[in-house]
Amino acid sequence: MLDVRGITVTYAGADRPALDGLDLQVGPGEVVAVLGPSGCGKSTLLRAVAGLVAAQAGSVHLAGRDLRGVATHERGVGLMFQDYALFPHRDVGDNVAFGLRMRGVAPSRRDQRVAELLELVGLPGSARRSVAALSGGERQRVALARALAPSPALLMLDEPLGALDRTLRDRLVLELGELFASLGVAVLYVTHDQGEALGLAHRVVVMNEGRIVQQGRPAELWASPASAFVARFLGFTNLFEVDADDGAAKAPWGGVVEVDPQARRVTLMVRPAGITLVDHGAAGSMPARVAGVMFAAGSMEVRLDLDGLGPVTALVAAADSPVPGTRCGVVVDRAEVQVVAP
Amino acid sequence: MSPALAAVPRRVARLLPVVVPLAFLAVLFVYPVTAIIGRGLRPGGHWQLGVVGDVIGDPYYRHVAWFTLWQAALSTVLTLVVAMPVAAVFARFEFRGRRVLWSLLLVPFVLPTVVVGAAFLALLGPKSAIGVDLHDTIWLVLAAHVFFNLAVIVRTVGGLWGNLDPALEDAARTLGASPWRAFREVTLPLLRPAIAASSSIVFLFCFTSFGVVLLLGGPRARTLEVEIYTQTARLLHLDVAAVLALIQLVGVGSALLLYARYQRRRSIAQVLRPRSEIARRPRTFAERTFVAVVLAGLGVLIALPLLLLAWRSFDTPTGPGLTYWQALDSSRRGSTLFVSPVQAVVNSLTTAAVATVVALVVGGMAAWVVARPKRGAGGDADRGGRSVVWFDAALMLPLGTSAVTVGFGFLIALNRPPVDLRDSWWLVPLAQATVAIPFVIRTLVPVLRSIDGRLREAASVLGASPGRAFREVDLPMVFRAGLVSAGFAFAVSLGEFGATVFLARSDRPTVPIAIYRFLGAPGALNLGQAMALSTLLMGLTGAVVLLIDRVRVGSLGEF
Repeated sequence: MLDVRGITVTYAGADRPALDGLDLQVGPGEVVAVLGPSGCGKSTLLRAVAGLVAAQAGSVHLAGRDLRGVATHERGVGLMFQDYALFPHRDVGDNVAFGLRMRGVAPSRRDQRVAELLELVGLPGSARRSVAALSGGERQRVALARALAPSPALLMLDEPLGALDRTLRDRLVLELGELFASLGVAVLYVTHDQGEALGLAHRVVVMNEGRIVQQGRPAELWASPASAFVARFLGFTNLFEVDADDGAAKAPWGGVVEVDPQARRVTLMVRPAGITLVDHGAAGSMPARVAGVMFAAGSMEVRLDLDGLGPVTALVAAADSPVPGTRCGVVVDRAEVQVVAP
Repeated sequence: MSPALAAVPRRVARLLPVVVPLAFLAVLFVYPVTAIIGRGLRPGGHWQLGVVGDVIGDPYYRHVAWFTLWQAALSTVLTLVVAMPVAAVFARFEFRGRRVLWSLLLVPFVLPTVVVGAAFLALLGPKSAIGVDLHDTIWLVLAAHVFFNLAVIVRTVGGLWGNLDPALEDAARTLGASPWRAFREVTLPLLRPAIAASSSIVFLFCFTSFGVVLLLGGPRARTLEVEIYTQTARLLHLDVAAVLALIQLVGVGSALLLYARYQRRRSIAQVLRPRSEIARRPRTFAERTFVAVVLAGLGVLIALPLLLLAWRSFDTPTGPGLTYWQALDSSRRGSTLFVSPVQAVVNSLTTAAVATVVALVVGGMAAWVVARPKRGAGGDADRGGRSVVWFDAALMLPLGTSAVTVGFGFLIALNRPPVDLRDSWWLVPLAQATVAIPFVIRTLVPVLRSIDGRLREAASVLGASPGRAFREVDLPMVFRAGLVSAGFAFAVSLGEFGATVFLARSDRPTVPIAIYRFLGAPGALNLGQAMALSTLLMGLTGAVVLLIDRVRVGSLGEF
C-alpha cells in the first residue's frame, strides 16, 4: 500500500537530515509501528508522506500511485495529529464530517457516516457536543473518527496516546488494535513508547537519527535486539560491554560466551528473567546490594548494585520482593544471556 | 470596631476604581458635551428642538452624514484588504528587521493628523513629488486613512494569527481542503473576533476623522466632524453643531457596543502556541515573492510619505540645507506663531507628560474594573458582566466622540464654577488625557485579565496579605504594561489636534497647532518650517514607539 524509497528531508539550517535515505513499506491491512526517541525523525516521516513537508530526495508511492508533486489535499491519507488539532469553532459532528464535506459528499450521507464513525470509536450520539467540553480520551476518539471518515487508503497516527494517563492508554492500545483489525486499513503508527508499539503492531520499525536501525515482528525484536540502542529503547537495562578475543568473550559472571571471531568488543545482555536472587554469600552467586524496588504490572522490578559491575535489573514475584538496602546474592542463568551488536 | 465599620475601607477600595474614572468621565467629558448640546438646543433655558428637524430634513446635512458613513466604511474595508496580507507576513514568517518593522508600524498611528495630511499633500497633492495629483478627490483621504489605521488591524489580527496552531490548517489539508479552503474554513473563523474588534476601531477613527479630511478633503468632502468645526468655530451656529454632534454620537455608540461585545467573546481559540515555535523563514519561491511584495508595498505606503516629508524639510530653494530647521529656533515678528517653534515643542512635551500621568492613574483604575472578573454566584456574575461591558464602552466614548465637540465643550463649560479652568494651563493636558485614557485601558486590560488568579492564591497561602500579594504578584506583571501604556498615552497626547486646536492659547501652542498654522500661511519659509516641525515630531514619536516595543514582553496589549 505504502512504498517509501530513499526519502531524504533536511530542514533549513539543520546540520543533519531529519530523514536520511529511508525505505519503508506498509502492506494492505498491515499495522506498522515506528518507534524511536524524540528527534529521530518519525514525525517528519509522517509529514513527508502527507505532503506537509517537501522531500529533497526519494519517492513516495501510495497504492501504486506516485505522490511526487501531488498536493496534500489530494493525497487521500489520513493523519491523526499529536495534539489532535480539532477545530475549536466547530462541534464534534462538523469536525468528523470535514473530510467528507471537502469531497462533496451529500449531507444526508455525511450525517450517516458521522454517526457510523462515532459509534465505531465509542462516542455514539455525540455529534452536537462542543469540542471544548471533551476530555482527553474523547478528543482522541473524535480525532480518530475524523481521520477515518474519508476512508483513507493509509491511516497515520502521530503519538496518539501521548497525552493520556496510564490506565486509559493501556485500555486504548487494546481498543485501537481491535479497531485496526476490524477495519483492515493500512496503519502507520508513530510512538516513543515501546509498550504501544510492541502491543499494537504487526511489524515494528526502530528509528534513530533519521535512519531505520532495526525492523521486524515484535517478538523478533524482543528476542534479538540488533544493537545496544535498540535494546535500551525496548527497555532492557542489563547491558554489559566486554572485550572479546578469538570468538570468545569473558562474561562478568564467569564463563565464556561465544561471539563473532572478528569482534573485539561486544555487548552482552541478560534478560531480567535470567537474574535470580539468592541469599547473600550462597555458593556460585555474586554479591550485590538491593538499590530499589518498583512495582511493574504484578511483579516487582528490583534494581541491584552488583559489586564491581554496576546496576542490573531483576524481576521477582511481588511476594518475594527484597528490602532495599539489604545485601543478597545474584545468579545468572546462561540461557538468558544474549549477544547484542554494540 | 464593628464588622460593618471595619469593612468600610475595603468597600471604599473596591468602589474607588469604579468611581474615579466615572467621575473623570462625567466632569471632563459628559459635562462639556452636554454643555455644548445644551447651549445649542436650549439657549436661554428653553428647549428649541425645531433645529433638530431642520438639520435632519436638510439634504445638505443628510449628504454630510451619508458621506461620513460611507467614507468610513470604505476606508475600513480598504484598510482590511491591505492589512490582511501584511498581518499574514508578520504572523507566519521570520525575516530580517521584522521586530523593528513591527514597532515602526505604530508610527503612522500616533502621528498627528496634520503631519499625515502634510505628508500626503507632499506626495499626492498639487505639488506632488511623484506627479500624481489626487487633491480634491476622495482617494487622498482614503489613502491617508489606510496609512493611519493599518497598524491597528495588522497588529491585532497579526498578533493573534501568529499564535494560532498551524496544525489546525495542516489537519484541514490532510482532510482534503486546498490551502485556500483551509484558510477560509479554519484560520479565518478563528481570526474573526480580532478582525471584528480591530475593524470597529478603525471605523470609529475614520468616522470621526477631522484633521485628515480638513487638510486633504477639499471643499466637497465634509464629514460630520469637519462640519461641526465649521459650525462652531467659524459660523457660531451652536444649535446646528449640537444636533450634528448628537448624530455622530449615535453612530459612534453603535460601533463601540459592537467592539465591547467582541472583547468579551475573544476566547474561542484555546489552540494558541508561542510564535517562536511557529514562524519560519520563507522557503519556497512563492513564499519569498509574497513576503517581498508585501514588504515592498508596505514600504511604499508607509515609508514613502514620511521620507518625503523629511526630505521636504531640507529642500530649500537654494538646494538642500538647514534653513528651515534653523528658523525653528527663532521667533520672528509677523510670524504666525507668537513664540518660537522650539517653544511649541517644549509645550507639547510638558502637556503630554502631564496628560500621561493623569491618563495612567484614571485609565489604570478603569482597566482594573474592566479586567477583573465579577465575583458573584450565578445571576450576579451575569449582571456584573453586562455592566462591565457598558462601563468599558462608556470609557471608550472619548475616542470616538468629536474631538472638536470635546474641545469646544471644555471651552464653554469649564469656564465657570463649579469647574473654572478658564485660562488654566490644565485645559490642554486634561483634554489630551481624556483622549489618551481609552488607549491606556486597551493596553492594560488584556494583561490584567491574563494574570492567573492562582498565583495570588499561592502567595496568600504562603502568608501574603491581599495588598502584599498585589504588590508581589500583580504589580511586577503590570509594571511593564504600565510602561507601554504610558508610552502610548504620551505619543497620542503629543499628536492630539482636534481638541487642542480649541483650547491652546495663542501664546502656548503645541507642535500640531504650530504645524497647522504654518501650513495655513503662505510662503516657502512657512511651509518649510511646517515640514521641519513635522519631521521633528515624526522622530519624537518614532523614538517613543520603538521604546515602547523594546519594553514590551511578547505582545502586550491589544495593538
